[in-house]
Parts: sequence; structure tokens; C-alpha cells
Amino acid sequence: MGDLNVAVTREGVLRWLAVLAQVFAGNREQLTDLDRAIGDADHGINMERGFSAVQAELAANPPADIRAIFQSVAATLIRSVGGAAGPLYGTFFLRAAAACAGKTALGAADVVALFQAGIGGVQQRGKAEPGDKTMLDALLPALDAMRAAEQGGSDIAGILDRGAAAAEAGMLATIPMQARKGRASYLGERSIGHQDPGATSSCLLLQAAARTWRL
Amino acid sequence: MKKLINDPHDAVRDSLAGLAAAHPAILKVCFDPVYVMRADAPIQGKVAVISGGGSGHEPMHGGFVGRGMLDAACPGQVFTSPTPDQMEAATCAVNGGAGVLHIVKNYTGDIMNFEMAAELCQSRGIEVRSVVVNDDVAVEDSLYTAGRRGVGTTVLAEKICGAAAARGYDLERVAALGRRVVANGRSMGLALSPCTVPAAGKPGFVLGDDEIEMGIGIHGEPGRKRMPLLPARELVAQMAEAILADLPFREGDRVIAMVNGMGGTPLMELYLVYGELDRLLNARHITPTRSLVGNYITSLEMAGCSITLLKTDDELLSLWDDPVLTPALRWGI
Repeated sequence: MGDLNVAVTREGVLRWLAVLAQVFAGNREQLTDLDRAIGDADHGINMERGFSAVQAELAANPPADIRAIFQSVAATLIRSVGGAAGPLYGTFFLRAAAACAGKTALGAADVVALFQAGIGGVQQRGKAEPGDKTMLDALLPALDAMRAAEQGGSDIAGILDRGAAAAEAGMLATIPMQARKGRASYLGERSIGHQDPGATSSCLLLQAAARTWRL
Repeated sequence: MKKLINDPHDAVRDSLAGLAAAHPAILKVCFDPVYVMRADAPIQGKVAVISGGGSGHEPMHGGFVGRGMLDAACPGQVFTSPTPDQMEAATCAVNGGAGVLHIVKNYTGDIMNFEMAAELCQSRGIEVRSVVVNDDVAVEDSLYTAGRRGVGTTVLAEKICGAAAARGYDLERVAALGRRVVANGRSMGLALSPCTVPAAGKPGFVLGDDEIEMGIGIHGEPGRKRMPLLPARELVAQMAEAILADLPFREGDRVIAMVNGMGGTPLMELYLVYGELDRLLNARHITPTRSLVGNYITSLEMAGCSITLLKTDDELLSLWDDPVLTPALRWGI
């Protein structure tokens, strides 16, 4: 099993998703409280519902390969989350699935390609720009950091560590921003001073990958 | 919280079951996924018109399903967008081969979920066009917001597009007509009291005895400003002036004027508001050629009202007057 040191397998992907279910259950109140301040107080509830539905679906209908796993995750999130987070995270996994087509294990370049495709999907679906106080303010810096780490020859753990650290910095950087997308934008200046709930859940997603995919 | 419900989590489903039981000749409700459809759909060769959005705005949208208006409606949880699988299933169920129009209110979640649904339907070979309603003058429309909310004009767009589809207009024409309605409709609302989402159990904001919230949306969220309660004549003038200046409406215009209740305001007050509006419009030489007064796009039990004005022409008026048979709107049949 020497290749486990260089690649994320189907089992590794399933482990990440299981960790995400725990992470979103554990952060349900925090995400909902952040959303209460500038949104409609349901982001934690929706994320927990979505990722626990993912676990149920994966257990009931185990997909054959990595691509099929991500397709199943996408379909479940789109069906069960609702609001804006459902289509955004659903699109993330839909594009990730396409990036993993034909792969039985993901090497360093594949992991970066997975996030690049997924984050590109979020950007296209939500049409947000950096600085709008959204998920992208965590995801885009993370992608840049992961790309740089991969080009510098880092292994998967190194790439994800850099990505998670950049996501966290990006998440914290949303606090002084004024929202320009989503329901928070109706608040205008009153959205300043609050951490964006979407950037927070995106940061949790990256951190979970970095914790899980230590090969 | 004092509501006529069994369990907060079943409130939407239980209410839809009641809608189906009350109007079996007009519509039926499917539950997995959830959507309301015309009892006689699909109508072969007719463009189908579909809308959807969070629940809590009844009779919108399920109460507008029926002959001459919507072919299907997709209700989400209270104040939460429905999911694409609902729109996809509804679109497939009512598609009569002439394409399907989605009427979408401009909220981030609704836009994205309908967009995904449209992609899913196109990939099945069903032609879909979308019309986005964004008529709320209380929200500043700029690059720095999600844009104006979709409110009262949605009701008028659903009626007029539904009539056009019934007349046999093709998909492009029905969609163009929907966009024309949106371009010529403007709304503004106020709240006298907040509302409570059943699953949340407490109100979205709190108002003092003599306070109102001006410029509200339809989700129990705070509005443009908080101000003291004034005589109805002055409140109507503030709302109407904001609407008239925005389009702008001009002397000689003919309009459809809707005074809509937010759910907790009696008809006596809504007609009083309509009377003030009618007087104001006539003084400006703007003619309210048609009127609609009642609860059409609500926010649960919120007290308050909204005003919608749609600048019309002969074609729009004639489509407005066409027969309609739905639980909440019916005439000419």
C-alpha cells in the first residue's frame, strides 16, 4: 500500500466526507449564529442537514469510484440544502466530479485540479468577486496557495495545509468587508464587522481535507 | 408563538395537503419532490408557466395554479428557496411540448436554484426561459447589492404570462411579455407588526406600539427605515411617491393598481388604503384602470400592506381581463 503515501483513494474521499458531516454537526450553532447577524439564521442548520443526508445516501447507495462519489454528494446537497448554499456547494462537487473522471486515486496535481474545478464552479454559479464577502473570499486565496505549493513541489499534506491556512486568513478578512452579494447585501454598511458564514463553512471544508488527507 | 399548526416542521406539507383537498378540480399536489400542478396538465402545445419560492407568502404561488395562470408552483420551506429537483420534476410534469417559462423572484437562493433547474431541464431537451422579477423600489439597485427584491409585480406577471400562454403565444413571446411586465411594474411595502417563522418560534424583528417598518420585503426582514405610525393617507403618499418617481409613471398613464395585504391586515384597512391610492393617482392624472385588493403575496401573519403599480397598454389589459380559474384569482369563467 505504498501508493497511499502519494495519492488519495476512494476510501480517503469517503473519509473526508464523513469528517465533514461531523464538522458541520459540531459547528451548526456557530454557523447559524454568524448567519443570524447578517442573513437568515439557517446556514448551520442547512449544512448539517445536507452533509448528514450525504452520509445516508452514500451508505444506502455506495458509488463505485471517486467521480461517482462526488456526483452523489452534489445531487444530495442540491436536493437537501436549499437557499444559496445548496446550489453553490452542489456545483462545487459537480465540477469536482468532472475533474476526477477516470481516476482511481488522486495525486497532488489531481487534488489541486479538483479544488480548481470546484471553486471555478462556485464562482460561475454565484457570480461573486473577491471582496464581496462570500465563500469565495476563503476559497480563492486557498486555491492560489495550493497552486503555488504544488508548483513548489509540496506533497498533498503540504498543499492542503497551505490551502487551509489561506482559507482561514481569507475567512477572517471577511469581517471588515461590506457584503455585495446575497441577503447580507441588503444590510449595506450594517454587514461590516461580521464574519461571513459562507466563508466560514468553506474554510471548514478545506481544514477537514487538510486534517483527513495526511497520508 | 400561537399558530394553527400540528408540528412546525410539518406546517408547509400539511398546508399543501389542505390546498389539494380544497381544490381537487383545479390542482393536485405531488409530495416527492414537492410541487403543485394543474389538475389537467400537461396541456399539449401550450407553453407552461411555472413559479416557485419560499412558503409563507400564500396564496402565492400555489394559489395561482389553474386555468389561465400557473401550470405549476414549487413551494420551499418557509421563506427558503425550493430546490432544483422540485422545479425539474414540475417542469417535466407540465411540459406540453411548447417549452416552459420559469417566473423567478430576485433572491440569491431562488436565482441559483432555478438556474440549476433550467440547466437540468435543458439537458433533458425541454426548452426553458426565465423571467426574473425585481420590482421593490425600497432596495437600492446597484452593483453593491444582490439587486432589487421580487415582490408584488410577480402576481401580475404570473396572471399576464398565464393568459398569454393560454392564448397560444409561443415561449419567446410569453417570456418577452413577462419581461415587459417586470420593466413596467414597481412596488413598495410597509409593516405594522413582524411575523414569526414556525420553525424559528420568534419574530424577525420587534416594533414598538407606535412604530412601523417602511420598505419591507416579504421575509419578515427589516425594511428601509423605522418610523412613527402616521395617518394612512400620509403612509400611502410616501409609498406611492417612491413608486411613481422610480419608473417614472407620468400623467396620462394607465395602471393596474394592487393593494396587497401582508397577511394580518383586515380588508377594511386595505380598501381604505386603496381609496387613498385611487385619490392620489387621479390627482396626478394617472388612471387606475384595473384594481386588485386583498392578500396575494403575504408574509405569514405580518400586519401591513404593499402597493404595486403596473403601467399598462391595450395588450396587457386585455391579457389581464382574460379568464382565470385558480384558488385565489378567478374571473371571466
